[in-house]
Amino acid sequence: MKVSITVNGKKSEHDVEPRTLLVHYVRENLGLTGTNIGCDTSSCGACTVHLNGEAVKSCTILAAQADGCSVDTIEGLSKDGVMHPMQQAFMENHGLQCGYCTPGMVMAAIGLLNENPHPTEEDVRLGLEGNLCRCTGYHNIVKSVLAAAK
Amino acid sequence: MIPAAFDFKRASSADEAISLIGQYGDEAKFLAGGHSLIPLMKLRLAQPTMLIDIGRITDLSYIKDGGDHIAIGALTRHMDVEKSDLLKKHVPLLAHAAGHVGDAQVRHRGTIGGSLAHADSASDLPATTLALGATYIAQGPNGQRQIAAKDFYKGFLESALAPDEMLVEIRVPKNTGGWSFQKFNRRAQDWAIVGVAAWKNGKDSGVALVNMGSTPILATSVSAALASGASITEAAELAAAEAEPQSDLNASSDYRTHLAKVLVRRALEDSSK
Amino acid sequence: MTMTDNRPNTVIGTRLLRREDPALLTGEGKFTNDLNIPGALHLAIKRSEHAHARIIKIDTTQAKALPGVVAVYTGAELQSLWAAPMPCAWPVTPDMKNPAHYPLAVSKVHYVGDGVAAVLATSETVSRDALDLIDVTYEVLPAVVDLEEALSDKVILHEDLGTNASYTWPLLIESTPGCVEEAFKNAAYTVKERYVQQRLLPMAMEPRAIAAVPQPFGGDVTMYSATQIPHILKVMAALTLGIPEHQLRIIAPSVGGGFGSKLDVYAEELLCLALSRKHNEPVRWVEERSENAHATIHGRGQIQHVELAADKDGKLTAVRFRIIADMGAYLQLVTPGVPLLGAFLYAGVYNLPQAYDFSCTGVFTSLTPTDAYRGAGRPEATYAIECGMDALARKMNIDPYELRKRNFIQKEQFPYTAFSGLTYDSGDHALAAEKATQMADYAGIRKQQKTQNVPGAAKRIGIGMASYFEMCGLAPSRVLASLNYGAGGWEAATVRVLPTAKVQVVTGTSPHGQGHETSWAMIASEKLGIPIEDIDVLHSDTAIAPLGMDTYGSRSLPVGGVAIAGACDKVIEKARLIAAHQLECAADDLEFANGLFSVKGSPDRSVPIAALAFAAFTAHNLPDGLEPNLEAQYTYDPPNFSWPFGTHVCIVEVDVETGKIEVLKYVAIDDCGNQINPLIVEGQVHGGVIQGLAQALFEEAVYDEDGNLKTTTLAEYLVPAASDVPSITTGHTITPSPTNQLGVKGIGEAGTIGAAPAVINAIIDALSGLGVTSMAMPASPQTVWRTIQSAKK
Repeated sequence: MKVSITVNGKKSEHDVEPRTLLVHYVRENLGLTGTNIGCDTSSCGACTVHLNGEAVKSCTILAAQADGCSVDTIEGLSKDGVMHPMQQAFMENHGLQCGYCTPGMVMAAIGLLNENPHPTEEDVRLGLEGNLCRCTGYHNIVKSVLAAAK
Repeated sequence: MIPAAFDFKRASSADEAISLIGQYGDEAKFLAGGHSLIPLMKLRLAQPTMLIDIGRITDLSYIKDGGDHIAIGALTRHMDVEKSDLLKKHVPLLAHAAGHVGDAQVRHRGTIGGSLAHADSASDLPATTLALGATYIAQGPNGQRQIAAKDFYKGFLESALAPDEMLVEIRVPKNTGGWSFQKFNRRAQDWAIVGVAAWKNGKDSGVALVNMGSTPILATSVSAALASGASITEAAELAAAEAEPQSDLNASSDYRTHLAKVLVRRALEDSSK
Repeated sequence: MTMTDNRPNTVIGTRLLRREDPALLTGEGKFTNDLNIPGALHLAIKRSEHAHARIIKIDTTQAKALPGVVAVYTGAELQSLWAAPMPCAWPVTPDMKNPAHYPLAVSKVHYVGDGVAAVLATSETVSRDALDLIDVTYEVLPAVVDLEEALSDKVILHEDLGTNASYTWPLLIESTPGCVEEAFKNAAYTVKERYVQQRLLPMAMEPRAIAAVPQPFGGDVTMYSATQIPHILKVMAALTLGIPEHQLRIIAPSVGGGFGSKLDVYAEELLCLALSRKHNEPVRWVEERSENAHATIHGRGQIQHVELAADKDGKLTAVRFRIIADMGAYLQLVTPGVPLLGAFLYAGVYNLPQAYDFSCTGVFTSLTPTDAYRGAGRPEATYAIECGMDALARKMNIDPYELRKRNFIQKEQFPYTAFSGLTYDSGDHALAAEKATQMADYAGIRKQQKTQNVPGAAKRIGIGMASYFEMCGLAPSRVLASLNYGAGGWEAATVRVLPTAKVQVVTGTSPHGQGHETSWAMIASEKLGIPIEDIDVLHSDTAIAPLGMDTYGSRSLPVGGVAIAGACDKVIEKARLIAAHQLECAADDLEFANGLFSVKGSPDRSVPIAALAFAAFTAHNLPDGLEPNLEAQYTYDPPNFSWPFGTHVCIVEVDVETGKIEVLKYVAIDDCGNQINPLIVEGQVHGGVIQGLAQALFEEAVYDEDGNLKTTTLAEYLVPAASDVPSITTGHTITPSPTNQLGVKGIGEAGTIGAAPAVINAIIDALSGLGVTSMAMPASPQTVWRTIQSAKK
C-alpha cells in the first residue's frame, strides 16, 4: 500500500507492506538510521520519534497509521550544523555513553519539556519511565534534561 | 519484531468499521492506538489477517459533559483523558489513573476504548471505570447498546462485546468523593502487580482491583462493609473477597491477596483525607 | 618516569567533553545494523523451543518454497563448513569437560534457543516468515535447570562427557597443612552462609548485529559485528572456519554497549562468515530482543557457600568458599574462567593469614550458556565476602563498619603481598570508607534508626556498606598463562605523527561507549604536547589496528592507555634524535616539554615536534641509520593487575507491609588512581552502580522447570528506568598505581562490584530488628515481604 509521511519536514511516499512499522519505514525506506530498535515490546523507547509533534514509539505504530502525518526523527533536530539545545545538554553533561538509546532518549526528553517546560528531578525521572539506558545509570541523563530546561 | 502479514483497511466512521468487521469476520481486528495489539503481533502471538484501522474516526475522540456523567469518546487518547480539565473537575480519579497507563509515549497513542475493549485485568482503566460505575456504549450492526462496566468483563481478555461490535463511548458518572489510585509495581512503566482504584463519599464507595484475577474485580464486599459502618481497616480485610488472584513472575496469589488488603486500606484512608 | 615529573598537566585530569558525542547525538553514528549493504542476504535462525531434546527430523520444504528464500540449512548440512568446534579459550583445568559446540546443533539441542536451522532470504521480513514454516520434530528429554540437581548427574546433558560437571578448580592456600580447618576449630566466631547469584541477562541496548561482506577479489571477507573483541574474533573465526587469518577483516562499528555480552565468538558470526563465502554474497543478521534473551550469553549464575572464621576481636583467621557455577549448555569463549576471575578476591580488602580454601565447580545445565557479564567473577566474590562480613558483625553484635575497620589492609602495608602471593599495588581502604560513611551520614542514620525502626514501624530505614577491591586490567600474560588462559594480556598501540603534525593514535582496544577516542587523545596530547584537536584515534578495524586484545575486564586504560603513553615515549625518543641532529647537540642535552625540544640551559635553541615530524617525513637530513617517519608501535604487557578499590554506602527505606524498597541515598567512593577524564570516570561509576543495584533489586533470568526462560522481553526482564532508581552521590580518593607510568587503574566494573552487597546489606540492616538475617536477590517486594513473614515465625 502507498503511504505518504512528512519526515523532518520532507514529504516522502513509498509503497509498503501493511505490516511495515514506522521505525522500519524511517530506517529502511528513508535511510534514517538514527532511530534505533532496542526491543520488541514497546518497553525500551530507543525508537522514540515525534508524530505530529508528540513523542511516540515508532516500533508500535504501523507506517500505515502514520500516513499523512508528520514525523520528526533525531536527524531533523540539528539546524545548520548546530545541535538542538537538548543534544547540546546531553553532550555537556555526559548524558550518553554507547549512544544507542540516545536518539530515543533525546526525542523523549524534548517531548517531556514540550509538555512540562520546568520539570523537577522527579518529573524528569518519571517522564522518562518509558526509555531504558544500560550505560549511564540515568544520573547524567536526568542532569542533561534539567540543564536543557533552564 | 516483524508481524505476520495482514491486510489493512481504514474506516472513516463507526458504521464503516462495523460493516468491515462484519465482512471479514474472525480473522479481522480493530486497530485503535495499537498499543495493546501491535506488541502481540510483533511477537507473533496475535496474527490477524486483517486490521481495520479505527484510529482516524475523529468524531469518537471527545470528552463532553453529559449532565450527571462525563461522556468520553472511545478513541480518546490516554493523554487527553489525563489532561482533561472536565475530568479533573468531575472525575479526577479517572484523569489521574489515565496518567499511570504505560509511559508518555504509550499515552500519546493508546486510547481509552482500545484499553477497555482489550479487557486486560492488568490494565489500569478497566478497573478504574469499574470502580466509578461507568457505562460503556457499544455499537454493532443493529445500533447501539449500553453495557454496565460490571457486566462487561467476562474472562481473560474477554469482554461482552460481540465480534462485530465496537466501543464508541464511555460514560462515567461524576464523582466528587474522595479518591485514590494505588498502583503497585516494580518499575513505573510496568503493569500493576496489584492496583486499586477507589472513591469514597461518606458511606458510599467504589473499589476496584487491577490484576487480581482474570478480569478487573469490583470489591463489593468492601463497599458493603463500609456502607454498614465497618471501619476502613475492617473493610479492607475483605479486599480480595471477590478476587481470584493468579500467580506469576512478580507475585504469587497469596502475596497479591495481602497486597490488595494493604492497598485497599491505603486507598480508602487516602480517599478519606 | 611519571606523568607529572616534567610536564604540566594541562589535559589529563580535565573534564573534557567527549568527541564521540556529536555523531551519536545526531543519528550519524553507524551501528552495525545501520550499514547499507546492497544485495545482502538476511540470515534468520530457527531455534529450539525445548531445553533438551533429540532432533528427529527437520522439514525445510515449505520454508524453501517461500518466495524470497534463497536457502535453508540444517545443522547437519553445514557441518562440513566448520574446521573446528566453537572456541572456548579458557580450559581452566587439564581435565575440564568441554562438549563439542557447533553454530547449529546437529543431533541434540541443549537449551531453548539453540540454533537448529538457518534461513537465507532476500529480506529480513521473508527470513522471519520462513522460520514459521520450518517444522522440527523432537524427542523431548528432561531439562536440567537446578545447579545442585545438575551435579547429581541424574540427567546427563552431554552423554559423551559422562557427567554434568565440567571442572573443579581448587585454590587451597595454607601456611601449614590443615591450618584452615584448625582456624575454624579455634575461631571465636564463625559464619556459614549460602548465597545465590541469580542469572542475569546483560541486555546491552543494541542487540547483536552482523554483516559479512565478501570482497570482490581473492576470497577475502570483511565482517562487521557488534562485538567488543574484533581482534580475538578474527583469530578465533580463522581457526574455527579454516580461513587464512590474513583474509579476514573484522570491523566493530559503533557498538551499543557490551557489558561482556559482546565479548564472545558467537554462532551467528560464524554462520554469517561461512554462508557469505558459500554464497559469495553479503550475509547479515540482526538479533531481536526476545531472541537476544536466549541467544546471547547470560551472566552470573552461582551458588556460593561462604564460611568465615574470626578471632575474638573479629579479625579474620580463615575463609572457606565452595562455589557451584552455572556454565549453561556449552562453554562459550571464557565461560569456565569467569567465576575464577573472582577466585583471589574472596578475602576482599582484609588482612588474612594464609588460610584460604576456595573451590569452584562448573556445571552444565540445559540453559543459555553463561559468560562474562560486567565484573565477571569479581562482583560475585565481593558480594560473598561483604555480605559475609555483615553476617559476622551481626553475630558479634558489633557495627559492620567497626568490623571492617578492624580488618582493613592498612595504607602503609602497600604494596601488599596477599595470602595468594598476588601483590596489591596500592590502596587506602580506611580512607575510602571514612569518606563514604561521612558523605552518607552513617552516624546520623544509626541515630535515626533508634527512633524510626521501632516495633510496628511501617517503614524501616537501613544503611549498608561494601568495601571492594577489584582485580582488573587484564592482565600480565604470564599470570594468565598460570591460569591456563588461551591468550596474552598485552595491548598494542601505534602513535604516528603525520608530516603536518597531525597525529594518528592506533589502539587495539575496542570501545563500545567508554569514550576511548576522547581519553586516548588526551593521553597522547599530554605526552606529545600536541593540541588535542590534532589527534585522531583509530580503532576497532583489524585492517587499521591489526594488533589488539580488545576491551573487557576494565583493561582498556590500565593496559591500552598505558600502551599509548609508551608509544608516545618511543615517538618522543625518536624525535629527540632528530632534534639533537638538527640542533647539533647530544640527545641527552635536550629536554622536551609542551611539544618543544630545547637544549638544557639555552631555551632559545629549540625545535617543535611538529617540525621534526616533517623532517622525519622528508628524510632529507636525518641522523645516520635512522628510519624515516615519526611513528612508533608499542606493546605493553602489564607487570601486575590494577587494583581499584572503594567503599559504597546505600541507605534504604523498606515498606514493611508491602516489601517495597526505596533507595534513599547511594554514595560511591571509588579510587581508580589518577583519572584521565573525571567526567568519564563518574559516568562509568553511575552506570556500574545502577547495574549492580539492578541485580540487587530488579533483575533475574527466571526459568521454569522445563528450562523455558520466562523473562524473554524487556517487559518481563526488569531493567530499571530513570523512574526506578536514585541519583548517585559520587566521590573519589586518588591513590595512583605504582605499576604503570600513568598511575591509573580500571573503572569500568567498579560500580557494579560495589553496589549489590551495599544494597542487600542495607536491606538486611533495616530489617534486622525483625529477625531478618538474609535476603535473596533480587530483593523484589514479594521476596522482601516473604522474608519478613518467615522471620516473624
